[in-house]
Amino acid sequence: MRRFDYARTSRAGEAVDLVAGEPTGAFVAGGTDLLNLMKDGAEAPDLVVDINDLPLSDVEVVGEAARERLRIGALARLADVAAHPRVSRELPVLTEALLATASPQVRNMATVGGNLMQRTRCWYFRDPDFACNKRAPGSGCPAQEGQNRWHAILGGSDHCIAVHPSDLAVALRALDATVHTLGPGGRRAIAIGDFHREPGAAPERETALRHGELITAVEVPLPRRGTRSGYLKVRDRATFEFAVVSAAAVLRMDGRTVRDIALAFGGIATRPWRSAAAEDALRGRRLTDDTVAAAGRALVAGARPRTHNAFKVELVQRALHEVLGALGDDR
Amino acid sequence: MSEEEQNTPAAAGPARRSVLKAGGATAAVAVAAGPAAAGGAGGPTALPRAVADITLRVNGAEHPLSVEARVTLLDALRERLGLTGAKKGCDRGECGACTVLVDGRRVKSCTTLAVMQEGREVTTVEGLARGDELHPVQEAFVRRDAFQCGFCTPGQIVSAVACVQEGHGGSRDEIREWMSGNLCRCGCYPNIVDAVRDAAEAEEARR
Repeated sequence: MRRFDYARTSRAGEAVDLVAGEPTGAFVAGGTDLLNLMKDGAEAPDLVVDINDLPLSDVEVVGEAARERLRIGALARLADVAAHPRVSRELPVLTEALLATASPQVRNMATVGGNLMQRTRCWYFRDPDFACNKRAPGSGCPAQEGQNRWHAILGGSDHCIAVHPSDLAVALRALDATVHTLGPGGRRAIAIGDFHREPGAAPERETALRHGELITAVEVPLPRRGTRSGYLKVRDRATFEFAVVSAAAVLRMDGRTVRDIALAFGGIATRPWRSAAAEDALRGRRLTDDTVAAAGRALVAGARPRTHNAFKVELVQRALHEVLGALGDDR
Repeated sequence: MSEEEQNTPAAAGPARRSVLKAGGATAAVAVAAGPAAAGGAGGPTALPRAVADITLRVNGAEHPLSVEARVTLLDALRERLGLTGAKKGCDRGECGACTVLVDGRRVKSCTTLAVMQEGREVTTVEGLARGDELHPVQEAFVRRDAFQCGFCTPGQIVSAVACVQEGHGGSRDEIREWMSGNLCRCGCYPNIVDAVRDAAEAEEARR
């Protein structure tokens, strides 16, 4: 790890000022990704600002009765959010995604804000000996023609096909979460769908955040009664591994008809992937093998598989079938 | 000796120019620095610095220490305090050999900085026994022969102590899932699961 300066503050505004004032400044919370990036040489901040003293760890219900929201402080640890009674009872997709994340030790350290800001596990990005448009803009993308089993089939470009690795972010996309931030220009709220960016021609820009902008909280609308949800993570081993593909589903039925549905996917795309086309194929219809298969086809209609990841096209459709089946539909 | 430790505090140069600039911009609100200032919520700011004077509280004892900011908790424990129970396996948070408790919760000491532990209570495998009396989880590991080469064992034991305390020792499947952050290259998993199950049953009987 290269030398850096360390600062610690209990005031959010000061943390923002410190990082904003240093071009390579970085916030550290859990440290579970940042320290690895620094050891690998994929990031080399001159200033690291410890935000663990900021009062941003609470998980609470806010808003009036009919429009209650769960407000998750950015510093809430993944383990604590997963175990929160309102989360496990009303947002199973969130608890399941969190408990499928990393290991118990990492879940005790890692925070909600940090999880959204973690970098891709693309091995070319993590190894500074390789070219990478994300790490060194304009240097090239060896994944396009290289070892790309782990890479994206959706949302990629000729500049980058790295997968966003978060499970939490996939669940949050299906739940229509909002990310709250404090930056040099003040506070703002960003819809989760606008938070992570597709790489396009600028893969080094991964989120809507400006330099020095700090996530303060994530808000999730609490679902209406009768809403079912779940998360399926398909991995190369039983646990403690990133998703090859994953699927988050939030479902509300009207009798045997799908009244509303939200579907988001991980492991297949450059950012947490929401598929309106797959949702449209199911809304207002019954859940049958045929309608779910049609939704799966709509999901992968624009897929661009590479040499080693074409299997994901089929696998993610099966994951969709599986996660909807597990939600207890009446097929 | 780790890369970090080769740079002694005495040899540490001044903060980089760009950082001094950043520090200067915020000096008006940064009222104090040093170990006392780095404390808990609501406390004042620790100014940007590459070397910090901190106090690490480990196994009930306080250790004043001058460390570079880039020194991990694991390196500080092993290289500065001589507590070599926690092991450096992957140094990437993947193998679990470095597992310690911070404020009673299991963490991987290789992916957190020593300077971030100011004001926290660290427990390593050396802090589990009371004199000659082993911790029940240590006893269970001995009785079940839950190790071969022993390199991963301190991390396994500390992780198992937390696993039992969390109430995740209820079945062999549950133990496998909740001990998945600790790898064993010798493949002693069946006996490790037995040991954790024994310790969990003993804990259930005590409750």
